[in-house]
Amino acid sequence: MPDLGKYAFEVSMAYVVSLSLLGVLVAVTLAKGRKVRAQLRAFEEARKEANEKA
Amino acid sequence: MSLWEYANPKKFMQTSAAILPYTAGLTAICLVVGLVWGFFFTPDDFRQGSTVKIIYLHVPSAMMAINIWVMMLVTSLIWLIRRHHVSVLAAKAAAPIGVVMTLIALFTGAIWGQPMWGTWWEWDPRLTSFLILFLFYLGYIALWSAIENSDTAADLTSILCLVGSVFAVLSRYAANFWNQGLHQGASLSLDKEKNVADVFYQPLLFCLAGFVLLFVTLLLLRTRTEIRTRRLLALRLRERQAA
Repeated sequence: MPDLGKYAFEVSMAYVVSLSLLGVLVAVTLAKGRKVRAQLRAFEEARKEANEKA
Repeated sequence: MSLWEYANPKKFMQTSAAILPYTAGLTAICLVVGLVWGFFFTPDDFRQGSTVKIIYLHVPSAMMAINIWVMMLVTSLIWLIRRHHVSVLAAKAAAPIGVVMTLIALFTGAIWGQPMWGTWWEWDPRLTSFLILFLFYLGYIALWSAIENSDTAADLTSILCLVGSVFAVLSRYAANFWNQGLHQGASLSLDKEKNVADVFYQPLLFCLAGFVLLFVTLLLLRTRTEIRTRRLLALRLRERQAA
């Protein structure tokens, strides 16, 4: 860890908050993508099954 | 091959799937190299002390906050003129990334400003235009969620994007237009005298590349999700109409 001197709080906060915001953005993007892909796949499979039965 | 082929959702899905692993890998490399180099291996500035390390987050996020709006402007214009759905879905997908970038720029600016200027906030031309840009991003997202018909939402949000572009341009050039306020002019310049010192500039270049690549990666992922969501809604609607 570098010596941040008297501005240690400011610099650390800038990094912690910014990287946390970016982390949340990446996590939300991946989670939403996964959820929609699963929903679409489930819907298409259900429709395929219904078509095969009909 | 024409650029407009990528307006076809199927072509976009194929191409983006092939590109994504590379952009994600390059993003990780550039961000890790830039941030680790900048945070651990650069000296303190003789006037600003260790707060200069905030530059590696503040400048790239501020640059992206403005450029993402410009990208949204271009894709919104493509929607208004040529009615390509993928373009407006890309604009919709970009907005939350723009919000986060603007928020990071505002937050790191405030936390950097406090020890350097003696205040967290000042109604300075650049800071104020950035705050308005942030509100435009929120308004853009709210407008998308407020309108049920997706084509109407796309039209109205595209027009909002055109109006908001004034503030995106102001955010970039406010310090030059008014030549007043606390915020200095651009940190990066082709003029070596005005540019930041090489010792800070080199890791900053990696961070800038990392933020651009992060945006591209997230944009591709989010646009793919928007395309799938649209397809799911269309299939559900078709089934409801058939029943």
